[in-house]
Amino acid sequence: MKTKKGLAIALYSLFLVLSLTLGFKPGIQTGKNLLDFTVQMMKVLPFAFILIGLFEIWVPREAVERHMGSASGWRGHLWAVILAAPMVGGLYVAFPMAYTLHKKGAGLGAIFTFLGASSLCRIPMLIFEASFLGVKFSMARLAVSLPLVIGSSAILGRVLEKKGYEIHLEE
Amino acid sequence: MKILYLLTGLGLVLSLVADPPRTGKALKIATKRFSKLLGEFALLLILVSLALTLLPPRTILSYLEGPGKLVGTAIAALIGSITFIPGFISYPLAGILHNQGVPYVVLAAFVTTLMMVGIVTFPLEQKILGTRVAIARNILYFILALITSLAIGLIFGEIP
Repeated sequence: MKTKKGLAIALYSLFLVLSLTLGFKPGIQTGKNLLDFTVQMMKVLPFAFILIGLFEIWVPREAVERHMGSASGWRGHLWAVILAAPMVGGLYVAFPMAYTLHKKGAGLGAIFTFLGASSLCRIPMLIFEASFLGVKFSMARLAVSLPLVIGSSAILGRVLEKKGYEIHLEE
Repeated sequence: MKILYLLTGLGLVLSLVADPPRTGKALKIATKRFSKLLGEFALLLILVSLALTLLPPRTILSYLEGPGKLVGTAIAALIGSITFIPGFISYPLAGILHNQGVPYVVLAAFVTTLMMVGIVTFPLEQKILGTRVAIARNILYFILALITSLAIGLIFGEIP
């Protein structure tokens, strides 16, 4: 796995260098996209990870377990939505955060709701969406998708917990 | 974005005042976790940059303008699943499509799959959730996104 990743990165770098020297336009465009997105992500990631670090040090496990643990029921899902709502960045920030929450004792159902909610109802994104597609569109989308996500997360969480599944960083 | 910086700054200052050694530990966790996922973030960037070259907004626009509700919804869901477009590009794009008369059901399929399904973020997801659960989550959320889109079509009276 690790060598495969290294190979992909090496091939990609070679592609960029060749495109640059030979003036291959799509390759140069790809390089530009890479720069753009790296800058965008770097505006978010370092801060997000500092917050994750602070969260792991200061928030007691007992508190997360009580509010979002497997036995917390609908309140766990509510907390998941509340935590996801002010987030920036989207899924690529939500995954590391989900790992931290699980490590602190959050149940799998709440974790999947958190992942769903952080793609569906981040407030900064909702405002943007509503201004381009209308408030009715955003509200309808939320009203349909959020209950679906919470319901299926609860089921998925229960099934996986029965199987003894746990989130861990794979090597 | 400013709120993120403010919050991080405030958290750091408060933490430092309360307990400097523990703050150091928090920063150590932050760098360790970040470096552990660095390879996945690199892959994410590579995939995003390639996806945007292969499917630039112009091309997406031309795919979604013509084909009507049913085919349009299918194409939109497919494009939304494979690629990754940040909100500051995807919503103005959806706005243009909307002004050109593309139905809501198609727009909904596009934005919901963009948000909920991620081929591009898959390496990162796989690292944290494991391969099988990551695949299951993406398939499940793809179905949920389709249901949501159809419901929006119903709400706006586009699907009888």
